[in-house]
Amino acid sequence: MRAHDILMPGPGGLYCKPGDFYIDPVRPVARALITHGHSDHARAGHGHVLATQETLDMMRLRYGETFAGSTQAIGYGESVTIGKVTASFHPAGHVLGSAQIAVTCGKTRIVASGDYKDARDPTCMPFEIVPCDIFITEATFGLPVFRHGDAAGEIDKLLRSVALFPERAHIVGAYSLGKAQRVIALLREARHDAPIYLHGAMEKITRYYESRGIDLGDLRLAKGVAKADLAGTITLAPPSSLNEVWSRRFPDPVAAFASGWMRVRARARQRGVELPLVISDHADWDGLCATIAATGAGEIWVTHGQEDALVHWCKTKGLAARPLALVGYGDEDEENALPTTDTSSA
Amino acid sequence: MNRFARLLDRLSYEPGRNNKLRLITGYFRETPDPDRGYALAALTGALSFRNAKAGLIRELIASRTDPELFALSYDYVGDLSETVALLWPADKRATNSPPPPTLTEVVATLNTLGKSELPAQLARWLDELDETGRWALLKLVTGGLRIGVSARLAKTAAAALGDKDAHDTELVWPGLAPPYLDLFAWLEGRADKPVNRDPAPFNPVMLAHAIEDSDFASLDPAAFAAEWKWDGIRIQAVSGRDENGDLVTRFYSRTGEDITGAFPDLVTAFREPAAIDGELLVLREGRVQTFNVLQQRLNRKSVTPKLIRDYPAHLRAYDLLSEGGKDLRELPLIERRKRLESFVAKLDDPRIDLSPQIAFKSWDGLAAARTDPSSAGAGDDTEAVEGVMLKRRDAPYVPGRPKGQWWKWKRDPHIIDAVLMYAQRGHGKRSSYYSDYTFGVWTKGDDGDMLVPVGKAYFGFTDEELIEIDRFVRRHTIERFGPVREVTHEPDQGLVLEVAFEGLARSTRHKSGVAMRFPRISRLRWDKPPRDADRLETLERMLKAEGEAVS
Ligand SMILES: [Zn+2]
Repeated sequence: MRAHDILMPGPGGLYCKPGDFYIDPVRPVARALITHGHSDHARAGHGHVLATQETLDMMRLRYGETFAGSTQAIGYGESVTIGKVTASFHPAGHVLGSAQIAVTCGKTRIVASGDYKDARDPTCMPFEIVPCDIFITEATFGLPVFRHGDAAGEIDKLLRSVALFPERAHIVGAYSLGKAQRVIALLREARHDAPIYLHGAMEKITRYYESRGIDLGDLRLAKGVAKADLAGTITLAPPSSLNEVWSRRFPDPVAAFASGWMRVRARARQRGVELPLVISDHADWDGLCATIAATGAGEIWVTHGQEDALVHWCKTKGLAARPLALVGYGDEDEENALPTTDTSSA
Repeated sequence: MNRFARLLDRLSYEPGRNNKLRLITGYFRETPDPDRGYALAALTGALSFRNAKAGLIRELIASRTDPELFALSYDYVGDLSETVALLWPADKRATNSPPPPTLTEVVATLNTLGKSELPAQLARWLDELDETGRWALLKLVTGGLRIGVSARLAKTAAAALGDKDAHDTELVWPGLAPPYLDLFAWLEGRADKPVNRDPAPFNPVMLAHAIEDSDFASLDPAAFAAEWKWDGIRIQAVSGRDENGDLVTRFYSRTGEDITGAFPDLVTAFREPAAIDGELLVLREGRVQTFNVLQQRLNRKSVTPKLIRDYPAHLRAYDLLSEGGKDLRELPLIERRKRLESFVAKLDDPRIDLSPQIAFKSWDGLAAARTDPSSAGAGDDTEAVEGVMLKRRDAPYVPGRPKGQWWKWKRDPHIIDAVLMYAQRGHGKRSSYYSDYTFGVWTKGDDGDMLVPVGKAYFGFTDEELIEIDRFVRRHTIERFGPVREVTHEPDQGLVLEVAFEGLARSTRHKSGVAMRFPRISRLRWDKPPRDADRLETLERMLKAEGEAVS
């Protein structure tokens, strides 16, 4: 069976005909396999959902008990047979519970990696290489200008700024699911033991992380705290709240933003960021290239992001590569952002 | 260099003036001599070495990366220095390689380096520095260090090191040179105040505020003197005697840059120690030429006899800051003016004359003069009048922009309604927006009316308007050419832009035959159908009225 008879891109997402299921469908389907809990991958309204326990829990937190007709939890390394194919789940290193899904049909194995990163993250299982024939990779940061460096260095930059401006509050814009908890965990590793404040929108998911055994130290809600008491503190908030009325409760706030996009000055300035922190939950250019090579795949399908550059790179390495025209997956950091470039909104 | 780079990086994101000051002062406090001095020089624009051209930077990166990946990256990032800084391959040298250069090393090397050695040296530094360091280095060597810090702000930050006022540093500044060891020693209380030993030092200039209609109500016309605002370049001509008693004459731009070398023909007009504030103009047969003509004289590498003959330099004087070594800046304007008049009369040189004062009794009277300068004394020079300057008669000469002393009142800009035809992605901050606009006006074509492009503008709009235009461009694209999009421009469909500009000139380079000076978008006319936009004939009429300036 040829590869695109096993998995093919369509308007609803990646469809597996011999197993009659979709991976991360963008519209309601009868049977869905979900890679991770971000809203552009995990949507409500499917008949049956197969995902890791954490991903199912996150969907329940966001959409309520009735988010799917029925659900089935699967652990890392486990596999299930669906129709004529076998599907197995493997750590993707992106956020808590995130998985790559390997679909095996006869002798052919295709890995749909969803979103992934190969960088260290104290809040989730590390990324695992799954050897395969065809590797489907994201390309959110698929340009060689994106090299994310060491997240600890960025945390150090944040803490130095807090020391330099002790009378100001630092608000760190971070995506509520994954990034926020990673930033908190990294701050704790850097021995920042003071209370860290949260925007209300982050509370539920952060408490969920704690319930899964991830220690995040003393966390408090920013709501109701006197303005003067927020001087010299760090607060985590959704990126969209940085420029909102909400931020006025803080004394002369420094607007920080933790995102891989912060590598590019124009992107940071466009959003009025004063302290850009390059901390990403997606693989950077070097990570994408190294992962592609390590899977041993001879064919690479590239989706959501900067497909052109990555497809070009694959070809210079003698790999067959093509962009998958999948729609509906954006970068989660871009929620409520200003108009974006053509390339990133694709 | 990496430490200086981190400062620049942080400054480039920091909007608040006071926070910028704290960042810079903090840097001065933590950084030893002479690095901090060169940093101060870089921030005040006092470094002068041969800049590297963009072409050289492109060649360097081409030798290290795949051209296709570079092109995609540059298109995304939008800024050459930043793209190269981010793309430059990671350091793979041995761990005992030399440490990254200090700012002092970079500046000293650039000052002595031959042109042919520059590429290899730059590549070495790019290997040694981190990303922020590479970015700052490239900004520095290409002369593109624009991070929203004025020379004034940097000097204020230095002054704060010794709890001094910015004014104190300004006064000693003219005699100082990088790396400012004597300045820092004084600010840190380790030495006496530096003495200004330059025989012809620059005096920090006094600047005007733009006047608004609402300002007039509180201003008394009798308290002000008015002059024409000339469309040339403001310079300060300073002469003084050195220790041998020889006269030294220097010309400074308003920022204090020494531009004497560009005007050897004017230097010989000065014979007495003095400091004159005035406008540099090109005069032909006693008539002031337009700024377009003056521009031919500027930005030339060498000043040839032919250039001097074709574009003779002239100084139109409006203020006298010192005379015979005596500082006049504390005197009121009327006093300085009297002395200026007699000084210029004494010089009696055709290359120097007085900027005339405009007689007026009321603001309405001055408004009439501003609208029609030729009837109010500007005569044949009307074309070179940009507006009028108002100066308080009793005002001393105070560096900076003191409140309520000097005002500039520009002539109304020309305005037309044009139709958006093409849009191009901006650079830097605007690389994700379509922010460069080509617009056209109607003219008769072979089959009926057609739009002909007349100019390009990339500023004048607010951030909100930018988002609106960007959205319009994306939704109404009819064709793409690389980074450029052609948008719908039909008589009843399209976007009308109100374009303001400073002047018009004939141009053979433009299909329309006219070129605008400083065009900018002044309003979006969503309410106006493109068919009601202006016609080329309107521009032709304006051009005639302008007296057919040739460019
Ligand atoms: Zn995701």
